[in-house]
Amino acid sequence: MLWNTLVLALREIRRNLMRSFLTVLGIVIGVAAVITMVTLGNGATVMVSEQISSLGSNLLMIHPGKRMGPGRDTSGASNFRLADAEAIARDVAAVRAVAPTSSAGVTAVYANENWSTTVTGSSGDYFTVGNWTLAEGRAFNAAEQRAGTAVCVIGATVRKQLYGGQDPIGTKLRMKNFSCEVIGLLQSKGQSAMGRDQDDTIVMPLRTVQRRLAGNQDVGSIMVSVRDGADTAKAQSDIERLMRERRHIAANEDDNFNVFDTRQIAETLTGTTRVLTALLSAVAAVSLLVGGIGIMNIMLVSVTERTREIGIRMAIGALEREVLLQFLVEAVVLSSLGGLAGILLAVAASLVLAGVMGVPFILDPAITLVAFLFSAAVGVVFGYFPARRAAQLDPIEALRHE
Amino acid sequence: MSAIPKPGAAPALIEFRGVTKIYGQGQAAFQALDGVDLTIREGEFVAIMGPSGSGKSTAMNILGCLDSPTNGSYLFRGVHVERLSRDQRARLRRFYLGFVFQGFNLLARTSALENVELPLIYRGLARAERHRRALQALEAVGLAEWADHTPAELSGGQQQRVAIARAIVTDPAVLLADEPTGNLDTARSRELMELIAGLNRDQGITIAMVTHEPDMAGYAGRLVHFVDGRVDSDEPNPHRR
Ligand SMILES: Nc1ncnc2c1ncn2[C@@H]1O[C@H](COP(=O)(O)OP(=O)(O)O)[C@@H](O)[C@H]1O
Ligand SMILES: [Mg+2]
Repeated sequence: MLWNTLVLALREIRRNLMRSFLTVLGIVIGVAAVITMVTLGNGATVMVSEQISSLGSNLLMIHPGKRMGPGRDTSGASNFRLADAEAIARDVAAVRAVAPTSSAGVTAVYANENWSTTVTGSSGDYFTVGNWTLAEGRAFNAAEQRAGTAVCVIGATVRKQLYGGQDPIGTKLRMKNFSCEVIGLLQSKGQSAMGRDQDDTIVMPLRTVQRRLAGNQDVGSIMVSVRDGADTAKAQSDIERLMRERRHIAANEDDNFNVFDTRQIAETLTGTTRVLTALLSAVAAVSLLVGGIGIMNIMLVSVTERTREIGIRMAIGALEREVLLQFLVEAVVLSSLGGLAGILLAVAASLVLAGVMGVPFILDPAITLVAFLFSAAVGVVFGYFPARRAAQLDPIEALRHE
Repeated sequence: MSAIPKPGAAPALIEFRGVTKIYGQGQAAFQALDGVDLTIREGEFVAIMGPSGSGKSTAMNILGCLDSPTNGSYLFRGVHVERLSRDQRARLRRFYLGFVFQGFNLLARTSALENVELPLIYRGLARAERHRRALQALEAVGLAEWADHTPAELSGGQQQRVAIARAIVTDPAVLLADEPTGNLDTARSRELMELIAGLNRDQGITIAMVTHEPDMAGYAGRLVHFVDGRVDSDEPNPHRR
């Protein structure tokens, strides 16, 4: 009986190819849209959090001035000195590494190529704090730091712009009034969460930058890496207390520096992508709904013909439940076919789009299931319920249906 | 009243006892059948005639268990049909009745063979057997070569033959036909009537047929006239063809 019904249903699907196709199409589009949107949204979220973790873990940034961001007030806030960084490393227990930095914009020249980039002077801890690894060569050593030797480590973008395919190690890079030897190449990190190219950088010993480029003893900012498992908030307040003391800030005065926990950026950005994903999902849900309405439309339009068909079947002796089972099986088969095709389409589209957008492909099984079930439910409800109404009529009523 | 059975007459197959049918309710209520008594015996060929709107189709639909009477009794081989459940009536249609409509009522986009097979599917016959019997029925109505054609590819006469094949493929106890020639020209009507009369004569199938054409009624053995929802006259056909 069930086998018979399945055969009947499949025969009906084949017989009404256009109607079946349109029904399936509605489901395919709805399911594919939802899954694709959510998959891309998830990919973007994961990409952002990966970029954030590439910034370095448990990272505190200390800047002079009252607050971060646009309109930052640096009036009356003197820069830090190397001694400030040393004091933090010595006095704050939870600190793993401290990197004082001083940055300057330069145009670097090698052979006939030149490239405008940023030079950061720092200690060897800079590589630890910033989560950098070396692709080639070495970082500068303590002696070079003390002496302010003209050595540098370059980022992947600088290497590409100035050297092309050439090996940069051991070459001399000219900038302004001096030249420095390239001793290392940084492993590429790609774009930051803010969209900045992190590989567009040159790193030198702090003293080299201070002497040759900045011409002063200032430290622009201090980066602090907190030990794993240590309390970042505690480290932050310890640093704040230490800095207030060292900068002689009275109890009634505001800080003239700012300790910033990068995890806050991480949280903000992740939150933003989450909102974006939710928004995309809402759009996708609408398309699922539209697909559902399409299915409903096709089913309802064919109700007249189907009602007569039901009348004919009952007139020649079909039981109500046999007719219903046939329509149910038909609706389930169509909807599941549509749902499966939608999932396949979504996977293909997401793979392509994720590649184009440069985000990872992360299929959410829960959303996939929900989209599938929803479309199946729509198909079943609108395929089945009109049929049920028709099957409850006297055969002659169904046959008379106009 | 129905004729008093003569000794040795065939047993009653169908019996209407005071059947009424009222369509609609209240002001709009319309009495289509008004106490119909009618007995049809095994092997009979009854033509039901009468003016348009006299209740012929209504009576036919009740006979075919496609509709239920408002009042009165319908006995099929002594069983009170009006007391049966929907499923039991469906089984009655499935195993005992064959119905031919004026408007054919074939499944669209479905081959003649598949249309004829349909009642056998609900009887649970195996595929090969269904196929064999459906072909046989199509052969009986002279359409074996048209088995693969859909209704849209067939003429009205051919469609009605397919419908008859579908009705007789199950070897029903009774064939009910409501103006089967209503949509056909005279020549096609004659051919179809020869076919139907042959079923009664050669296979002994009981037939009740509505028609308003005396020509077609001429093939029947008994003529029942309806007027205003009542049986006006009920007598043997003196000039059976
Ligand atoms: N479904 C219906 N609803 C209301 N009135 C109906 C319905 N079917 C038939 N009638 C009325 O019942 C009467 C008998 O109809 P019918 O049995 O079709 O007559 P006939 O077949 O003899 O022409 C007609 O007056 C018709 O208008
Ligand atoms: Mg009629």
